[in-house]
Amino acid sequence: MDGQANRGLLMEFLGDLLQWFGENWSGETGWLARTGEHLRVSGAALIAAMAVALPLAGWLGHTGRGGLLAVSVINIGRALPSFGIIALALPFTIWLARSTPLIDSGLGFAPTFIALFLLALPPIFTNTYAGIRGVDADVVEAARGMGITERRLVLDVEMPIASPVILTGIRVTAVQVVATATLGALVGYGGYGRFIVDGLAIQDRLQLVAGAILVAVLSILTEIGFSALERFVVPAGISRRRRADVVPPVAV
Amino acid sequence: MIRLENVTKVFPGGSGPAVHQLSLDVAEGEIVVLVGPSGCGKTTTLKMINRLVEPTSGRITVAGEDIMAIPAHELRRRVGYVIQQIGLFPHRTIAENIATVPRLLGWERTRIDDRVGELIRLVDLEPGMRNRYPRELSGGQRQRAGVARALAADPPVMLMDEPFGAVDPIVRGRLQDELLDLQRRVHKTIVFVTHDIDEAIKLGDRVAILNIGGIVEQYAPPAVILRDPANAFVKAFLGSHRGIKRLSLIPVGEVPLEDGPMVDRSATARDARACMDRYGVDWFGILDGKELVGWAWASDLDGDSLAHIDPKPFEARVSLDASLREALDTIITSRTRVAPVFDGGRFVGTITAEGISRELAK
Ligand SMILES: Nc1ncnc2c1ncn2[C@@H]1O[C@H](COP(=O)(O)OP(=O)(O)O)[C@@H](O)[C@H]1O
Ligand SMILES: [Mg+2]
Repeated sequence: MDGQANRGLLMEFLGDLLQWFGENWSGETGWLARTGEHLRVSGAALIAAMAVALPLAGWLGHTGRGGLLAVSVINIGRALPSFGIIALALPFTIWLARSTPLIDSGLGFAPTFIALFLLALPPIFTNTYAGIRGVDADVVEAARGMGITERRLVLDVEMPIASPVILTGIRVTAVQVVATATLGALVGYGGYGRFIVDGLAIQDRLQLVAGAILVAVLSILTEIGFSALERFVVPAGISRRRRADVVPPVAV
Repeated sequence: MIRLENVTKVFPGGSGPAVHQLSLDVAEGEIVVLVGPSGCGKTTTLKMINRLVEPTSGRITVAGEDIMAIPAHELRRRVGYVIQQIGLFPHRTIAENIATVPRLLGWERTRIDDRVGELIRLVDLEPGMRNRYPRELSGGQRQRAGVARALAADPPVMLMDEPFGAVDPIVRGRLQDELLDLQRRVHKTIVFVTHDIDEAIKLGDRVAILNIGGIVEQYAPPAVILRDPANAFVKAFLGSHRGIKRLSLIPVGEVPLEDGPMVDRSATARDARACMDRYGVDWFGILDGKELVGWAWASDLDGDSLAHIDPKPFEARVSLDASLREALDTIITSRTRVAPVFDGGRFVGTITAEGISRELAK
């Protein structure tokens, strides 16, 4: 009796949810526009973090210098939960956004961007650093012995060989960034966080749940997308373990 | 072709110099093997030649040029380098691996393709290997791909650091033979590092025996080192069986050959018996003029002439350029205890175990 009533309520709620998605997709505050905002700040933060971390960690990993820096970054990354980073960054980023009109592209963008950037930096840095350090020393010596310059050695040899580790770092980071971008609504930014924060404020359960579902779906899509990218980007000799396994063994 | 003059390398934090005042000359087209116990500075010496390690003092020239005057990456493109773990690029196909240096040198595509095909044949890889990735190859195949990659831009000099150290003994033996065979065709100047004295003896035109600290204890052709070890260190390093090792280095042609118990077809049975007595054997060979037609047992003699004898062909025969080791092997496994020696198809004499032993004792 009770169970049936609950099931009825659930069906009703799901119906309402579907209706919500059907009615709230367009316009500046619709979920399509919110998706754009959410992706914009996530993508910008991820790209910026990659632009800084990849070359820096790549070069430090190559030279073997900066081991201490790497360890510190790893420890900071481990010690601080993402919300902690945002909380730490908030006062600073709000101040920065106010005092530098250049970054002020839309309300709340800058603080969200900076917080996400700081969140994304450590995992990309450490994975890249570890990936490059992990490249077989004999491969590097052989490459040097053939007269490959140091820069090309990093770009053409170490990076491709380390690419599975680097890309895994980027994928995990991307998912984390997409999920965390929700917090941007707390500092006045758009994105899916709006539905959750506003839903809480006006006690609109439907909007709150819809926002949560959107965050979950986008996170999963990000995971799937970057997994596909990995398969595409990692060079064949390294990635296609399975394909290699079916190659008939050839004797000496 | 390569000259090291008083080269010293002191690593920061090392207890003493890894290499101390080493001088060495390598002539064009020769294989020089650096051999010595682990940690004696072989790898360090080799890496100084392509500047993977910079000497602390001293001078190294390649083809007359001071290597410090050449930018390191340019020098390295002119000097082939093969290491034990090979270091093939796992993300590149065998063809791409081999093409590494030609690509760095900016060769045209078609020229690179042709060269890769040529090298794959030269090192005896199957053409199907071209588009394989390194981990799809066996250890021996990878080693050959590594050699092909080092040879790609046809460098006059090759440096090889224990290149066959990681493959099993059977494949190693084959790779050594292939290297010698290859060298006969490409005539590189090769500095080869190993800790295996047998490998050194087999491959080296000259062998440098190094002691800890890169001290050259002896630098000479392997036959000379085996015959006259310079000191106790060299003797100890050569180990036992020095005589047996020498056997593989001396060609049959260097030993005075004997006539052997050979009689002409026209000889009498008495001549044949006298000849067998002289050599202490119970068989004799039969000559037709200069040509050796075969042999027969003493018990085959019947009557006075040899005319009725049907000579058995010699199964055991060695060629003039075979090694004493092969000759000895033939002698001890044949029933006649003597091996006839041929120069091409021409019979030139016989070789016996005593003759070999006399030569070694010289
Ligand atoms: N990069 C290095 N830093 C410090 N010491 C080194 C380095 N490379 C080699 N050595 C030292 O130099 C000596 C000679 O080493 P190496 O040339 O590798 O010997 P081998 O190749 O004959 O085994 C050893 O004592 C080794 O520990
Ligand atoms: Mg060594």
